[in-house]
Amino acid sequence: MIFLRYVVRSYSHNRSRKSGPLCIFRFNASVFHGKGMPWFGMDIGGTLTKCAYFETKSANPDLHHQETELIKIVKKYFKENPRKGVAGQADIRLQMDNVSIGGRTGSVHFIRFPTSLMDDFFAIAKKHQLGKFISALGATGGGAYKFEERFATELNIKFAKFDEMDTLLNGMRLVVKMNRPKEVYYWYNPHPDEQNCNPPQEKDHLSRKEYDLNDPYPFVLVNIGSGVSILAVYGPHNYKRISGSSLGGGTFLGLCCLLTGCTTFEEAIALAAKGDHRKVDKLVRDIYGGDYKKFGLPGDLVASSFGNMNLPDHRLNISKFDLARATLVTITNNIGNIALMWAVNLKISRVVFVGNFLRVNPISAKLLGHAMSFWSRGTLEALFLEHEVRCLLLHLLKHYIIGSS
Amino acid sequence: MLLKITTFRPAVSILQCSVAQKLVAVCCAAALRPPSISHRYPGFISELNHRLYSTMDKKEHPKSIVLPETINVFRNLTNAKRFAIDIGGSLTKIAYYSTLQYRRANYSVDKESSSPSEEHNYELSESARLHFVKFETKYIEHCLNFVKANLVGSKDIMMGKIIKATGGGAYKYASLIQEKLGLSVEKEDEMGCLSKGCNFLLKNISDEAFTYHRHGNPEYEFQNADPNIFPYMLVNIGSGVSILKVTSEDSYERIGGTATGGGTFWGLGTLLTKAKGFDELLELAEVGDHRNTDMLVRDIYGADYKAHGLDSELLASAFGKVCDSAKKGQTLNFNEADVARSLLFTISNDIGQIASLYAMMHNLKKVYFGGYFLRNHPLTMHTVSFAINYWSKGQVQSLFLRHEGYLGAIGAFLKGTEQDGEDYSWAENYAGSSALDPQPAVWIDSLKDDPYCVSQLELDRDVQRTFCPLLSNPAQYIPDTVDLNADHEARTYWLDCFESTIDKFVDAAVASQADDETAVERATHFKEKYIKRLQHLRNHPFAYGNLTVRSLLETIQHYMKEFDFPDPYISVKQSENEASLSQLQSRLEYLDSLPFPQQYKEIVVGMLAGNMFDWGAKAIVDIMKSEEFGLTEAVRKIPDRPWVIDDLDVWIERLQGPPHQQAAIFIDNSGVDIILGILPFSRFLLLRGTKVMLCANSEPALNDVTFKELEVILNQAGMICPKIREALDEKRLIAMETAQIGPCLDLSRLDSKLAKAMINVDLLVIEGMGRTVHSNLNADFTCESLRVAVIKNKWLAQRLGGDMFAAVFKYRPPMLKKEGAIE
Repeated sequence: MIFLRYVVRSYSHNRSRKSGPLCIFRFNASVFHGKGMPWFGMDIGGTLTKCAYFETKSANPDLHHQETELIKIVKKYFKENPRKGVAGQADIRLQMDNVSIGGRTGSVHFIRFPTSLMDDFFAIAKKHQLGKFISALGATGGGAYKFEERFATELNIKFAKFDEMDTLLNGMRLVVKMNRPKEVYYWYNPHPDEQNCNPPQEKDHLSRKEYDLNDPYPFVLVNIGSGVSILAVYGPHNYKRISGSSLGGGTFLGLCCLLTGCTTFEEAIALAAKGDHRKVDKLVRDIYGGDYKKFGLPGDLVASSFGNMNLPDHRLNISKFDLARATLVTITNNIGNIALMWAVNLKISRVVFVGNFLRVNPISAKLLGHAMSFWSRGTLEALFLEHEVRCLLLHLLKHYIIGSS
Repeated sequence: MLLKITTFRPAVSILQCSVAQKLVAVCCAAALRPPSISHRYPGFISELNHRLYSTMDKKEHPKSIVLPETINVFRNLTNAKRFAIDIGGSLTKIAYYSTLQYRRANYSVDKESSSPSEEHNYELSESARLHFVKFETKYIEHCLNFVKANLVGSKDIMMGKIIKATGGGAYKYASLIQEKLGLSVEKEDEMGCLSKGCNFLLKNISDEAFTYHRHGNPEYEFQNADPNIFPYMLVNIGSGVSILKVTSEDSYERIGGTATGGGTFWGLGTLLTKAKGFDELLELAEVGDHRNTDMLVRDIYGADYKAHGLDSELLASAFGKVCDSAKKGQTLNFNEADVARSLLFTISNDIGQIASLYAMMHNLKKVYFGGYFLRNHPLTMHTVSFAINYWSKGQVQSLFLRHEGYLGAIGAFLKGTEQDGEDYSWAENYAGSSALDPQPAVWIDSLKDDPYCVSQLELDRDVQRTFCPLLSNPAQYIPDTVDLNADHEARTYWLDCFESTIDKFVDAAVASQADDETAVERATHFKEKYIKRLQHLRNHPFAYGNLTVRSLLETIQHYMKEFDFPDPYISVKQSENEASLSQLQSRLEYLDSLPFPQQYKEIVVGMLAGNMFDWGAKAIVDIMKSEEFGLTEAVRKIPDRPWVIDDLDVWIERLQGPPHQQAAIFIDNSGVDIILGILPFSRFLLLRGTKVMLCANSEPALNDVTFKELEVILNQAGMICPKIREALDEKRLIAMETAQIGPCLDLSRLDSKLAKAMINVDLLVIEGMGRTVHSNLNADFTCESLRVAVIKNKWLAQRLGGDMFAAVFKYRPPMLKKEGAIE
């Protein structure tokens, strides 16, 4: 049993140089399987690096004891510091237990840290000679290309590269199968007729319903990371990347940082939850005095995102909560619009949204769900996954594990 | 109305305007030559001086004072008959229709008037003009006050009349308009107005639409007139974005939109930078670098991007780098310019993607853009074009409009005039319209010290125009041979050439009104304005659409009319015509005496020699002024064969075949050209049994024959030659007007009556350097065609492989009709 300490100095969110609480990762570098390597998977995106590792139940009670102790420490740490702007976080909520991969049973843990802190990662990994314990790891995402050489030369770790889209789709299938029927859901509107005259926006009374994705094909897959990728999926191995958008989670967070001074996605989402975008945006009714009936545009519909912000008196009446909300609504609506057009263009009625942007972000999910159904007059279904993007890592792990053992 | 007036005060032009307009005019004039004019308007000058000096007292740097541009805002407002207004979130456009009177020189052969050079009849004619003025909405009250103060008879006259209003602000400002102008406001749907306005511009205005190529040559590529403009997609980028599909004159559909529009750029830009206003934001964006804030493909994939087939510079996540710094705990310290540029890219790119998706969804190839977001700003047009091209993989063409800001106002205006809108065509008045420029439209009340800048558009009503039915491919027809926008060498040459010959036009203009004491002053203004225009065109050749010799010549005509020189060459034309008519008899006898094939050849040489007599060509003017120069002398100057384009042998061979049914001849100069060159040729065709249609300009241009003059000339020729008389009586020889105003020929904008009459023409003859070399040299026709000209410009002749007085005689058999042709 080898532990890798991953120490990251993080800063409190008042953006001073004063250091905040130390965040310690201990990468559980279990050495159980035949080749003496832990099972690691990394998805290195533009903004976040997502890691998953598979922890099997150990036959050795001592090792097992040590391991559980470690997991306890990690869990404890993150539970106590869930919102302190820590740089690296484990998704405890999304730990998957009793997972069987490659004939072994264990838990899959998910950890993520900002890709911008990759240098720190290297420093720690070198210090702890990570390369001695791990000679290869499953990698995907843009960083699998960008950092491949550095991992090889500095850490002596080889990348087993996996195509991001393949991995995502396979992972999705896997997670749906494993976690059925809880995995897939949609936002259900109990009063559809009543709602149709209202604008598509986040509605509290929308309720979450499980969706049985028994026969999923064809569907449009919208992966919202820093940017957005849109895939048309016709079968398990029949898909193509049809488009994308540069207005994604990175844009939301970037603009929110600039507008509100927040520093993390969680913070930005928390701000948005308390805000009202209608103070910031110009609505149809601000221009036409009510609904623009001729074209069926409801008065509460956003006509121009941030459209009121060039007016000084409007700027006086807004808070950072409103700005965060408006940013979230702008980005979400835009993604919804593009996804909808592709679905219509391709004549596909199911759209599955995944990606880190939707993590801890029910506002966007509800908004997307409502907007897709409103603008398609109920012909389109917006579906979401419990494990958003982690399905990708899961598959990565599985594939890598099976491939290496 | 026909008036016989010897000394006539200019009816329009800047000298007879409303009081406020005079002030503007005087401000400009005073800035240029204060002493010569001050005595005429002492009141205004003292006020102006007072303002100037008080400004100087207040400010330490008198040199920095900028005097207003020579542009008259709200021209001809006193005669305004109908109004329409488009009130947008940032800009307001007022449209008004007015009539104006101007003089037309009346060509007469009245032998009673002893000295023709001084006593011409002037006919006072009325024409209609559409004016559009654009200013920032925040100055709407100033503007309405201005309009109110300058309307004839004030509010009471307007009472009960209607103003069509559109745009988001139509709701907000309706009561203000009603109160200020006494007009009752009728609101018109914005989308309907936009599509109507766009149809109108595409149909009426030359070179309205263009594609933009940053750093390309040409940077602005104008779309040629197309008889089939539908269907198209119109993307209006105002605060938000609306996307319309326009399928015919009256049918359109709003197919979608997005809330990420101009308002998002402006709103976010205001929050994220210190820029004051939209234009400052664009200025910031111009100098920023988005790569500092945006996450590019290379930031994610590193150097290995190529393996993935993605361009490393491609945007992966807009503003994606911001959070990196935030997470590292660094102070967010982004350059405002970088943020502005990133914002511009983000919005443009997003709109481009959504627009191209809609275009593909509806299978539309052409996308026109309107709305205040663009404002003809190069960087914005570039980013939008780039995005459309990228997302549609080159399948969708992004087109911009020179007058995009006026779509709504034009549409609203037309809504009120639907009964008579179709019967006319409209043409841009180059003298009164603003250039294509990313200019901020700012109205500052004239009582403030700041200079102001308001952009405007003037359209003159015209007879209905349409495509020449003989064009083999009207959709691809480009009248002009050389695009001076792209051809730097030719541009420099022609701009220099026009600048150096402008004095000849000025001299002719003054001489034509020798007894009018204001002539010199008006001619001076004419020259100043024209030279200024040429200077502007040197740096902005795209300012008024395609820059061509034709447009430069037409601009002269517009200015001549504007400064009340309706026809400077009328006396010259008259005396030359009379001199030539006296030789017609002997010329015809000489030609009749020649045996075949010398006769055929001599008729052609006569046409070529006649075409030498051109007062627009400097080389010829010098010769004509210095020596006795007649047809015989001109024939001697025609170079030996083969000419630079020489199809004479083919033509003579063709003449041995069956006669043509009907010929249309587009004629050029007065005097020797029409009388000793074209008339004998026409007579020759008539004798072969061909009907002949002589087509002349509607408006004067240099010494070109106008339609009215042609009628007189034909009558006189009929008295000399019985064959001509007979043909005239039997309507086998007729005169038609072309609706052209310059020495070149745009066959996509012919008088619709002429176009209709031309349907059965099987021989098209175009004569003159302007009509066959500057324009139409490469046009294809569905009938046989002859192009005849002498190139009286050494530079141009050499460019075509000849020398001074190179002769062009081009014969072409009929070409097949191509797709898109009009039946």
